[in-house]
Amino acid sequence: MTLRVKDLKVYYQTLRGDVHALDGVSFDLADGEIMGLAGESGCGKTTLGKSLIRLDGRMRHVGGTIELNGAEVPITDERAMNPLRYHEISLIPQYAMSALNPTRKIGRMINELLRARGVRPSKVADELRRRLELVGLDPDVLNRFPIELSGGMKQRVVMVMATLLDPSLLIADEATSALDVSTQRSVAESMVEFRDRGFVKSMIFVTHDISLVYQMADTVMVMYAGQVAEKGPASTIINDPQHPYTKMLIGALPEVGSTTTEARLEGIPGTPPGLLKPPTGCRFKERCPIASEECDETPPLVEIDTGHWAACWKTGR
Amino acid sequence: MLELSHVHKVYRVGAFGAGTMRAVRDVSLVVRPGEVVSLIGESGSGKSTLGKMVLGLTKPTQGTITFEGNDVTRLRGFGAKKEYYRHVQGVFQDPFSSFNPIFKADRVFEMIRTSYFPAISDAAWRAKVLDVVGTVRLDPDNVLNKYPHQLSGGQLQRLLIARALLLDIRLLVADEIISMLDASTRIDVLNLLADLKERGLGILFVTHDLSLGNYVSDRSVILRKGAIAEMGPTRRVFENPLHPYSRHLLSCVPQLHRTWAEVDAELAANPPEDVELPTVAEGDDSAPLVEAEEGHFVGIDQR
Amino acid sequence: MSNVAGAPGADAATPAEPVAERGRSEILHFAGRNPKLLIGAGVVLTLLLTGLIGPLFVDHGPNEYIGPKNQPPSGEYWLGTTSFGQDIWAQFVYGLRSTFMIGALGGGIAFLLGTTIGFLAGYKGGIVDEILNLITNVVLVLPTLVVLIVAVSYLQVEGLLVQGLFIGLTSWPWAARAVRSQALTLANRDYVDLARLSGRRTWRIITSEIAPNMSSYLMMSFILLFGGAILIAAGLDFIGLGPAGGVSLGLMLESSMQWSALQLGLWWWFIPPGAGITAIVGSMYILNVGLDEVFNPKLREL
Repeated sequence: MTLRVKDLKVYYQTLRGDVHALDGVSFDLADGEIMGLAGESGCGKTTLGKSLIRLDGRMRHVGGTIELNGAEVPITDERAMNPLRYHEISLIPQYAMSALNPTRKIGRMINELLRARGVRPSKVADELRRRLELVGLDPDVLNRFPIELSGGMKQRVVMVMATLLDPSLLIADEATSALDVSTQRSVAESMVEFRDRGFVKSMIFVTHDISLVYQMADTVMVMYAGQVAEKGPASTIINDPQHPYTKMLIGALPEVGSTTTEARLEGIPGTPPGLLKPPTGCRFKERCPIASEECDETPPLVEIDTGHWAACWKTGR
Repeated sequence: MLELSHVHKVYRVGAFGAGTMRAVRDVSLVVRPGEVVSLIGESGSGKSTLGKMVLGLTKPTQGTITFEGNDVTRLRGFGAKKEYYRHVQGVFQDPFSSFNPIFKADRVFEMIRTSYFPAISDAAWRAKVLDVVGTVRLDPDNVLNKYPHQLSGGQLQRLLIARALLLDIRLLVADEIISMLDASTRIDVLNLLADLKERGLGILFVTHDLSLGNYVSDRSVILRKGAIAEMGPTRRVFENPLHPYSRHLLSCVPQLHRTWAEVDAELAANPPEDVELPTVAEGDDSAPLVEAEEGHFVGIDQR
Repeated sequence: MSNVAGAPGADAATPAEPVAERGRSEILHFAGRNPKLLIGAGVVLTLLLTGLIGPLFVDHGPNEYIGPKNQPPSGEYWLGTTSFGQDIWAQFVYGLRSTFMIGALGGGIAFLLGTTIGFLAGYKGGIVDEILNLITNVVLVLPTLVVLIVAVSYLQVEGLLVQGLFIGLTSWPWAARAVRSQALTLANRDYVDLARLSGRRTWRIITSEIAPNMSSYLMMSFILLFGGAILIAAGLDFIGLGPAGGVSLGLMLESSMQWSALQLGLWWWFIPPGAGITAIVGSMYILNVGLDEVFNPKLREL
């Protein structure tokens, strides 16, 4: 077992009170697993990604534990986290492309990063070149400035950078969302290849695009309003979802080939609940067509089939 | 109704406008009443520039855009433009940036009122607003008298469509209107567009997402580097893509029930027949189309 | 704080709180705890009030010779008297008044010119932008003080109004450039396009869509122009190009220097005007930094 997250609670502090961005999230991630983390904006998926590597100033760890390879991740201890970052847990942030310093050549930037992590650049120089070639980049990019690279090239550079020290866990937060479809495909495929070659042990791929998750992930976890709604093998989640939210979400996606004239798809009425004062019970009950009285109690996340978890009273038995 | 004829747009770039960048190259297309035409393309394909030109927000360098017989590019003076906007309206990509954050969201309605209906009574205006808000399937109590950030992206986009409906519009330019929306609400906005189409509106639907373009549109135009790569009835374009670029795009779209590997395998098993693409001489900036089957055109191949 | 994950939903679910109020109360919240803002505003307001109300309690003109000469501050003459027996307190309060006047006038004219030109250039773009930019740059590189000295001495301008006009006409360019760059980014927002599609005229779009979104920025520009105008006026007065027969802090400094107050040890003659100018301009800059911190969330200390 690579990663085990138990009942993780992370709140955002605001002037008006705490936003319960993560409210009791539990899941396991196996060795070699690519988990797609899907959900709508504000469901806590980005917060979860961040919580595994670095809490920013406004985020407060309220409860729960994170375990990586059997050892606890000291998420609240900034200093103890430092040696873990990049060596064990690495992140490709949303907007990684614009995060590159425009005045530094790529090669110099990587070297600085390595030194800051206590690694001699010359030790990994060959590996760096090999991996750049693997993702289809000329090692010559090291002598270029970020502005000279296209979006897809930058994203690949960031990917190589983030995995250079063979971390156990890579968190990719909307890493391909800003790319064109054709570039998106090749970057996504390179990520899978990195896992196959063992450059990263396992990966959490945060995205709002469920159809992309289906292409590359082994498992999918769907979040809703700061909690896990359902987690299971990718094909099960797409073809046979059990949680009503997942069902409706997938039902609302138009596919290549579906048209309004044949059959109209339906959206999910209503909006997600506010997380400043989250409602009690199941958080989806307001929008759920099959909600009943028992949904006033919070449904536990239970394993309804091997490796298939759902938090819903209607599926949990 | 709307007809673009050999439209080019060249931007000057760099210091003193030394360099040029061709955003749109020789695009000709028509939108008829009651028809949704999708402009599909990746970034840099010129699709948004085309939308902006139709809305008169930027002028084409060459070519004409006619709406009901009048040349849009030659609209002179404030009055003529204002009349044009009575019939042609747009909705943009980012709902949150379409509303001035410091005012209430309904102000977009008020702007229409002061510009186009200065004489209308309060009661009549209220009835009109309630009518259009109902048309876009919003509950007036939930959306009126609110600030933009209190509403969801889907609600805001529907308010903007409602705003356009206050006028006697015949053409709606929908520029990536759902790409910032969540999956659970974007389908409602798409269905709304289909409703409008049934009311006889022409819609120019600009998108980068092939599956969305496919869902609502009657005809699809695939753009690449400013020029039309393929244009035809949506069904034909998606079932029988003729241009290599369209095929490539379709093979890269993440699909919900088919993996990329399956799509590739299928493509390899039944290789599509090749069509002769039109060619242009070096330095010629036209982009001719060839009609491969009825109403289904392919354009030049740009590398 | 609306960029917190989950916040949009939160706002949709709690309908009561209108945002403008929330925004305002949030700004007040930060304004109330920003020492720079409070100190800056306090000093400026105190001096302004002194300039406004002070003269009402002085029953003789500031330049009248009313008392004994060279008196240090006393109960009767709060700030002492000059070598000619003029009441320095009277000069000081009247001087404050005209100093604020010149700031408002010069700063105001520069502000109007600068923002108008900046908005037009930024919003219209293209050829309009290029022409306005050219004019701005030409005025910007003019050695302002030299031009002022030449103009003021040739034209025999001897009034507050004309001095203010001159200062206003020469100090607008940087404001124009700053406003232009802001307007340029705002002009590309979708809601501006939407206003165009709503049949709005250019001027309405600028005043009702763009300007309100940079109001804090405009306020800060005005404060800086205000302080700048006071400094330029003081400089002109000091080198003897101020309005004759009037009174201002700069003129007080000038006459104190002319009559060797420094050498004679008449500190009460030159310190009040010097300290007054420094306090006004200095606290305005502090006020400006404070405002920046209040309006710019990135500079706020949470």
